Order: sequence, then C-alpha cells, then structure tokens
Amino acid sequence: MTNVLLKAENLTATYGQVEILHGISFEVYGNEIAVILGANGAGKTTTIRALSGMIDTTGTITFNKEDISQLEPDSIVRKGVAHVPQGRGTFPELTVEDNLRVGAFIRSDKEVESDIQNCYDTYPVLFERRSQSAGSLSGGEQQMLAVSRALMSRPELLLLDEPSLGLAPQIVEALFERFLIMNKDHGTTMLIVEQNAQIALGMADRGYVLEAGEIAVEGQASSLINDEAIIRAYLGG
Amino acid sequence: MDLFLQRLFDGLTNGSAYALIAVALVLIFKATTLINFAQGEQAMLGAFIVLQLWNWGLPMWIAVITGMLISGLLAGGLERAIIRRFDPADHLPLVIITLGLFLVLNAVAAIIWRYDPLAFPQLFPHGSALTIGNARLSWYSIFAFGSCILVLLLLHVLLNKTKIGLSFRAVSSNLESSRLCGIKVGPTLQFGWALAAAAGTFGASIYAANPVLQIEPSIMLRALIFSITAAALGGLDSLWGALLGGLTIGFIQSVLVQYIPFIPNEMTLAATVAVLLIVLTFRPSGFLGTKAVERV
Repeated sequence: MTNVLLKAENLTATYGQVEILHGISFEVYGNEIAVILGANGAGKTTTIRALSGMIDTTGTITFNKEDISQLEPDSIVRKGVAHVPQGRGTFPELTVEDNLRVGAFIRSDKEVESDIQNCYDTYPVLFERRSQSAGSLSGGEQQMLAVSRALMSRPELLLLDEPSLGLAPQIVEALFERFLIMNKDHGTTMLIVEQNAQIALGMADRGYVLEAGEIAVEGQASSLINDEAIIRAYLGG
Repeated sequence: MDLFLQRLFDGLTNGSAYALIAVALVLIFKATTLINFAQGEQAMLGAFIVLQLWNWGLPMWIAVITGMLISGLLAGGLERAIIRRFDPADHLPLVIITLGLFLVLNAVAAIIWRYDPLAFPQLFPHGSALTIGNARLSWYSIFAFGSCILVLLLLHVLLNKTKIGLSFRAVSSNLESSRLCGIKVGPTLQFGWALAAAAGTFGASIYAANPVLQIEPSIMLRALIFSITAAALGGLDSLWGALLGGLTIGFIQSVLVQYIPFIPNEMTLAATVAVLLIVLTFRPSGFLGTKAVERV
C-alpha cells in the first residue's frame, strides 16, 4: 500500500476562538477503507469537513498529489471527493430521483441515467420511492439515498460522516456490508468517521483514533480491534 | 347580477397582477426563505425602464423584454454587490437591507421620473372581449390573466426540467449539501434574484398597462402588500400557490369587501390580511405550500 490518495498534514481548525484540531496528520491509501474513530467532540466531523473544504483550516491537504487545501467545496467534489455529511444531508423537498440527479450535478456524460438505475438496483426501495420527497423517507432509507447521491458524482474518495448515527443495528450492518461491496467491486476508497468502533474496525483496513483534536493511536484495523487499551477506551469493552 | 359579474372580472384583473408580483416573491423565498420587500420597487423600476425604452422608440413588447433583461441584470448586480456579503442564514440583516433597497429604489425612480403619473403603453387590445348585461370583461383582463399563466408555465418548466432549475431547487432545499454536490451557491442565488426581478418587471408592466392606471413611483406600494399577502396565502414556496393566492386576494378585494357592508372600503387591506390570518390558522403552509414533513 504505497499509493497515497489523500494526505492531510498538520491540519488545524478553529471554531471561533476554540481550536478543535491541533495539527493532525493522516493518510488514506487508494482502494482502502480507512476509519477515524473518536468520542463526541473529538473533532471527527471537523476533520471530514476540513477535507471537503466546508471550513477554513491551516495545514496541507493533498489529493492525488494536488494541493486542495484552499479549494471551495464545489471544486473539491469536481476533483473526485464526495462527502456524505452527518445527518444524511439529503434534499428533503426534492424527490428521491431529483436527489440523485443533484448528486450527478458535476457530470454531463450520457451515463447518468444508467447510474441512477444502478442505484435503484442496489437499493430497490429507492426505486419504489423515486417520486416521493426525500424528507418522507425513514432514517435508513435516507442514508441509502445519501450514499447513492454521493456515488452519483463517481468519486474516487467517499467521505462518510457517522453513517451509523441514529440507525437500528441491523440497518447499520446492512449499510456497512454495502460499503464493503462497493469497495471490493468498484474500488471506491472510503474514509469513514465513526463512533461505532466495533462495526467500523470490523470492515476497515486501517484506523485512526482521534482524541481531543489529536491522533492518539493509528494502525491496522485488525490490530486496533484486538488492542486491549483501545477496547477499554473506545470500544466500551 | 351584472354588478357581481363585473366585480368578479375586476378581481380576476387585479388578482393576476398580484399573482405576478407574488411569483417574484416566491422565487426569492424559495431560494433564500426571505421576503424581499424591495421586490415591488424593483418591479416598479423595471416598469419605468420599459416605459423609457418605449419612449425612445422601441416597440412595446421589445421594450418589455429588454426591460426584463435589464432589471434581471440589475438584480443580479444587487445580489452580488450587497446581498451576498451577508450570511444567508441570518435573516434579520437581510430583511432590513431589502427594506433599505425599497426606499432607495423608490427615491431613485422619483429622482429620474418625478412623481407625476405617466401613461404606460397599452400592451393589450382595447375594449371588451365579453359583455354580459352591463358587465364587461376587457381584453386587458383576459391577457393579464393569460400572461400570468404563461409566466407560471415557463417558470415551471425552467425550475423542473432544466439543470439550472434543479440547482436552484437544490440550493433552496439544502445549502450545505448543494455545495457538496458541486453547485456554486452564489451564482445560483444570483440567478434566482435576476429571474425574480424579470418576473416582477413583467408583472409591474402588466399592472401599469391597466387602462385605468398610470405609472408613478409609488404605484407598487399597495400592490406589494396585496402580493405579499397573496404569496403567503399560496404557501410562500409554491408558484401555483402564488396564482391561487393572487386571485383570492383579487376576489376578496373586489367581491367580498363590496358585499359585506360592515367592512368599509378603507379596510380592504386589513380584510385581506384577516383572511390570510384565518387561512394560515387552519392551513399553516397556505394553499399549496410545502408542508414541513421531515422524518429524522
């Protein structure tokens, strides 16, 4: 694993007067699933929002060897980074199908329609509800839509902000199984920010543990999941 | 009976004009959940530009279309120069700015064209299309209503069938996710302002072309209040709701107030707002407004 797709170096971010991230560095390799774990307020969401340009940061973010630190969100998505924000971030007043079309906003190729069809094949419930407003979907369906919406931009890197939040355990499991399939079948690289360490480490290649705005631990997911200290501190073991 | 018909026809005429301004308000509201209090004055200024172009010798419909383009460009410029500097989520400063614009635009029109009423070009044929007894439905009423429908159809297609329309709807639904999907929010809102101003200019031109009216800088003051009420009645975020709201206000004004003896004519404005109050009590999202359905 030498092909670094995304590299964050010495990232700091502040909200008002408060510094949330104190110069963290991490990498995401091509075709892998990386997770950032941490408790509430550790800075997970801030990290992922920094990557897609939603907040001002200092430090360097390189994607495909290109510096994207100063780019606006609409340019970053054009580089191939899609972001599923916390709380799904669907367009509640728009129909399910229009949500998918907005996801493909940056594209003008002929394959948008067939990609929409692929989303429906993956999640038939979205097909059933294609003319319903997204706001009327259940939490699990919204998350399916949010992920499908992000994939419609055909990203190289998919950023997922706490996809398990507020969902029933069996829905979370199905969702993460789907992430694994996407990763294996299409080689979509993913960076997932999660509180649910058990399930995230279960499918990830590598993990970082974020603690009060600093990277406390990093390593292979398989070793993190067996680390006594980590289990005690973060996995509620 | 004749009188009743005549009042219905009058309601249709006024209602169509209110609906057109209400449509402009709805466009801005959809984009920003903001009531643009300057909309009426932007429309008035646009109508004056149309008048000026016509005085310079342009054919009247070319003048209307050019006036719509110019007011669209002006509104786009206003958005870029003033509105975009402020946080779109913080409404109070923006509302005060639109009130300020209201005053400035009114003053600008007064400086250029003075307060003397001027004749506006007759956009539609004279005379009556239909006479029933003593009630006359003028060609003007028919064309005013027809152009209102035409504008709504065009906007409907633009918003629902085009990519710029999709981005406009996306921005109005979720600002943050729109950015994450690659939509440039600023230019999209600017487009909304331009579109609203063009629609407003069209509405004011139709309004001022009423044979019984002349144009002067305060022509839209009264109409704006009726139009805001119409937009709210329709649901604030629904184009067709604006039409329904506009017509309802038109009919309240010309029919209801005339037949309920204890409402003095002076209370027409208040009566429309009272109806709004009653409707919103039972239907908080207006006739056709989006109900806040969101499961989390």
